[in-house]
Amino acid sequence: MIEIKGLTKKYGSFLALDHFELTVDEGVVCGFVGANGAGKSTIFSILATLLSPTAGDALINGQSVIRESAEVRKQIGYMPDFFGVYDQLKADEYLDFYGASYGIPAEKRKVLIPELLELVNLTDKRYEYVDLLSRGMKQRLCLARSLIHDPKVLILDEPASGLDPRARIEMRDILRHLKSMGKTILISSHILPELAEMCDEIVVIDSGKLIAHGHVESIQAQLQGDKRIKVKVLNRLADARAFFEEDPFISGLEILENKQEVAFTYKGTDEDQVELLRKALLSNIPIYSLTVEEKDLEDVFMAITKGVDY
Amino acid sequence: MQQRFSNPVLMKELKLRFRTLKSFSGLMFYLFLLFIFVGGFLSVFTQFTGTGFFRPNESFIMFAVISILQMALVMFITPGLTAGAISSEREKQTLNILLTTTQSSTQIIIGKLLSSIAFLILLLIAGLPLYSVVFLFGGVSPVQLTTIFLFYLLTIVAIGSIGIMFSTITKRTIVSMIATYGGMIFLGAVTAFLFFVGISFETFGGMPIPTSGGTPPSSPVTYFWAAINPGALMLTILYPESGTQLANMTGISFPVWITYLIFYFAITVVCLMIAIRKLRANMKHNR
Repeated sequence: MIEIKGLTKKYGSFLALDHFELTVDEGVVCGFVGANGAGKSTIFSILATLLSPTAGDALINGQSVIRESAEVRKQIGYMPDFFGVYDQLKADEYLDFYGASYGIPAEKRKVLIPELLELVNLTDKRYEYVDLLSRGMKQRLCLARSLIHDPKVLILDEPASGLDPRARIEMRDILRHLKSMGKTILISSHILPELAEMCDEIVVIDSGKLIAHGHVESIQAQLQGDKRIKVKVLNRLADARAFFEEDPFISGLEILENKQEVAFTYKGTDEDQVELLRKALLSNIPIYSLTVEEKDLEDVFMAITKGVDY
Repeated sequence: MQQRFSNPVLMKELKLRFRTLKSFSGLMFYLFLLFIFVGGFLSVFTQFTGTGFFRPNESFIMFAVISILQMALVMFITPGLTAGAISSEREKQTLNILLTTTQSSTQIIIGKLLSSIAFLILLLIAGLPLYSVVFLFGGVSPVQLTTIFLFYLLTIVAIGSIGIMFSTITKRTIVSMIATYGGMIFLGAVTAFLFFVGISFETFGGMPIPTSGGTPPSSPVTYFWAAINPGALMLTILYPESGTQLANMTGISFPVWITYLIFYFAITVVCLMIAIRKLRANMKHNR
């Protein structure tokens, strides 16, 4: 469905994208994670036919964004990270204008506009001036606009940025609905737990390079590295400490006396972990709880973007 | 068929433009200026004659002055209407969304130009009742009025195209506005200045202008400056003998209006082509 082949973009001497390769299948919701300036918006602008790459190409349904940009535009719905609205247009006129811009006949637009407004929960704002709507409503209206020509691919650059929690939840629900409609969605966001919840795949990008791509769980596993394990012990903290200190896979051991807890970083495999537990029980260490701290997408993001200024 | 010829940008722009108080007040101000002038002219002339009537030749003077005043007003207003057409979309962050629709660059540019021209045509039509006061007194033919209006239209389209071009190639409206007014001043004033410099140079350079008979020295550059000046064109339309006088001075008897027509048409085409090519400047393959 979407094939990005060796995409490179230079702004003067600054390399915004460096031989970026990616394939996203039809119907997949793919989340883009990366620091500001990592190259997410550049990729989205190229896919939206707003920017030419310095090298490489991208195909949407087999059509090149460079050579067949007019055809590509029919297949994509684009929502930029920052966008404005026309002052003197009402919500339905706003959608009508873009519908006409996509060559949708007036009769069809009359039917389509109420449906789209309903989809984004703006039916009651149909005759309101667009510039008087709240930010969340404008974002939803912009999303409705990007859907007016029923595109197969949606490119959403930070659709939930600057929204309050309620507006964010509403936006997330709409995106879930679009996912159920079988749209291929490329979405970038800084609200990472939401991305993890909503996306089938995650793309991690840094300094214009693809760092990781795959299912959310596999990305987390790839980038997980060392595990942090917390063991709660009944009374015999000193014995527990002595026992765990001997294990070659353990480092960074900490005793949290107030919590009756031993915490450490574990480098072994899952099999090694099973063996460690078995030995601990044989040594009569009274373990009543063991927790492996899972790194969520936010930890992964922080690990990847360590040292990058925001 | 209707779909094929519809231009969404034009329809949207018309809707937006005619909804604003700015357009209404602009139109009011324009008509007020014309009214002050026509009223003032009539009252001054009838007082001077003391008879309360108006001779056809005085009516023609009024027509000539209104025509030049209207041309000046139109030239002054056109950059203001067109120089922000694309750059203001860029500033409002609406341009990127517009460029991802299936509308071609040509459709967008033409839509923007036509919507601005539509408003200027409205100004001209709204001023017609005041203008037509001259018909009450005679001395002006409808053909002259039609010719003047056609040249207004050509001038509006050409200056509008310059405005749209600058609006497309510059990022900020203020820069585009300054550049377009610069272009307008060049066409309206600098060309007149260069014409007078050319004439003076030839006069003081020892090339006497024959008053009657004989072949005047040919001076194509001086002729060109006069021929592309809207004021000079108005004079040659209103007073055809001024065209003959110009031919005597420059040695070129080619009708000024034809040169004007060709030059302004060429400006329109070139500016619109540049605007269309540069609208999607970040894409190598434009439509």
